[in-house]
Amino acid sequence: MELFVIGLPHYLTLAAMLFTLGIFGIFLNRKNVIVILMCIELMLLAVNINFVAFSSYLGDMTGQVFTVFILTVAAAEAAIGLAILVVLFRTKGTIAVEDISSMKG
Amino acid sequence: MENFSLSYLNPIWPELFLAVAGMVLLVVGVLRGNSSTRFICVGAMAAFVGALFLMAGQEITNEPILNEMFIQNNFTFFMKMLVVGGLITSLALSVQYLYQDNIIKFEYPILVLFSGVGMMLMISANDMLSLYMGLELQSLALYVLATIKRDHAKSAESGMKYFVLGAISSGMLLFGISLVYGFTGSTNFDVIGTTLATELSLGAVIGFVFILSALAFKISAVPFHMWTPDVYEGAPTSVTALFALVPKVAAIALIIRLLFVPFAALSDQWFQIMWLLAFLSMAVGAFAALRQDNIKRLMAYSSISNVGFALIGIVAGGETGVSAVLVYLTLYMIMTAGVFGIIMCMRRDGVGLENISDLSGLSKNAPWLAYPLAILMFSISGIPPLAGFFSKFVIFQAAIESGLYTLAVFGILTSVVAAYYYLRIIKVMFFDEALDKFESSIEFSRKIIIVLSVFVTVAFIFNPSPLIEISKLAVQDLF
Repeated sequence: MELFVIGLPHYLTLAAMLFTLGIFGIFLNRKNVIVILMCIELMLLAVNINFVAFSSYLGDMTGQVFTVFILTVAAAEAAIGLAILVVLFRTKGTIAVEDISSMKG
Repeated sequence: MENFSLSYLNPIWPELFLAVAGMVLLVVGVLRGNSSTRFICVGAMAAFVGALFLMAGQEITNEPILNEMFIQNNFTFFMKMLVVGGLITSLALSVQYLYQDNIIKFEYPILVLFSGVGMMLMISANDMLSLYMGLELQSLALYVLATIKRDHAKSAESGMKYFVLGAISSGMLLFGISLVYGFTGSTNFDVIGTTLATELSLGAVIGFVFILSALAFKISAVPFHMWTPDVYEGAPTSVTALFALVPKVAAIALIIRLLFVPFAALSDQWFQIMWLLAFLSMAVGAFAALRQDNIKRLMAYSSISNVGFALIGIVAGGETGVSAVLVYLTLYMIMTAGVFGIIMCMRRDGVGLENISDLSGLSKNAPWLAYPLAILMFSISGIPPLAGFFSKFVIFQAAIESGLYTLAVFGILTSVVAAYYYLRIIKVMFFDEALDKFESSIEFSRKIIIVLSVFVTVAFIFNPSPLIEISKLAVQDLF
């Protein structure tokens, strides 16, 4: 049964996969800005898994304290992101990613 | 905790003072509405001046403080002074602009104040947690500032771009921090430093590279610079001036602290990364600016190439290299303040102008703007005997001393290329047909900043040693 013990590497792999999904979601997404905000949350939550896994593995509380701080800041960041999104929609009338390109060069 | 006394808070008084001042001004703003914007701007500047005095009165110990979360030494003192000075300058430049451009919002100076608190905290951070909180406080305030012109599509767009790329960079920073934490067992800079010095693990190196690329976003070093030109162009000019003056200085201070304190043992690894960042930043900054017509975009590329020059000093390392970076940043800040003061004066019929062609024939219409801008442009392009020449000189001197010949030669070549677009502005001002006059009302504080900036640029040659001595003293605590 040793094979099925879930250890640190599993958590790290999961976090790395979620983080990569988040990054790719931002860069490959061509449709909607809301999806970008969701991908940002995904990245931050992947980091939280990393922190909690390391914290439990090392028997050290710092990682979990860090997680609480990240959750708080992520909430503030989401609030600001959505506020900017509302401003963008009011001025442009769209939130499609391809329409946010009036500046180039 | 039983014998807690207020004196524990002594080292962090300036930051606490600024935070409380910000909240008091916020209440005043909420009660009195947008009509109190000018009062709150002055109040925020007064708070910054107060923080300067509080800092000057502090005892500098070079000991970790507040449960080793922060540190206070000559280096953080110098950088914080520089940052607060830049913030006062940018606020002083903004006041008239806010009224002319109809961005009369009392939140503006308060956001600047909070971003200032964030920058000061992140400069003196001695723990990954305080670093992250300081960095986020700064960035969140700046995202809102970029969007502050709410009814303007470009401002909203620049805010969105800044927000998304900033959020990616803080995600990468956190991922890196989590790896470093996992493989060294601590988030404290000193513990990380000693752990890495005894045993080097691959996981920690990977985490470190994540952290470094996240900070490269913040200083807009190539290849992480994509947001800079768009944000500089889209944001209101007063916010662009703030972006050009301050956050990069704070982020470079943070990079210096990280590279020389916790990650000093990884110098073989970061040497290559920083070398490449410096090389690419100088190249892209020089060549991409050649085809810009918008002066704010041009300043964005100029700041990218200047970050490249500053990074040369970090690559060179040692006391000479890092003190050269401090000299460079100080002089760059002074020159940029003057340039943005003049850019803000480019107005016709109540509309702010941003194209280089709008400067056409300025020397005939407004010589009091054209000559200072010409001097500043000569200086930024590095023509002796102006201050910009000295800032480049100390950087290249440090590079040659550490044997970085390729980087030094390439830097000089790119600054020759960059001279083309700086001199083009002078050519447009002095040799092209004159257009209509600009609006002539220039606020007193803006005049003072332009005059001071030009004065320092010209007079620096007569007494360069104080700044060089002070920056040498400041970096001693790093090594």
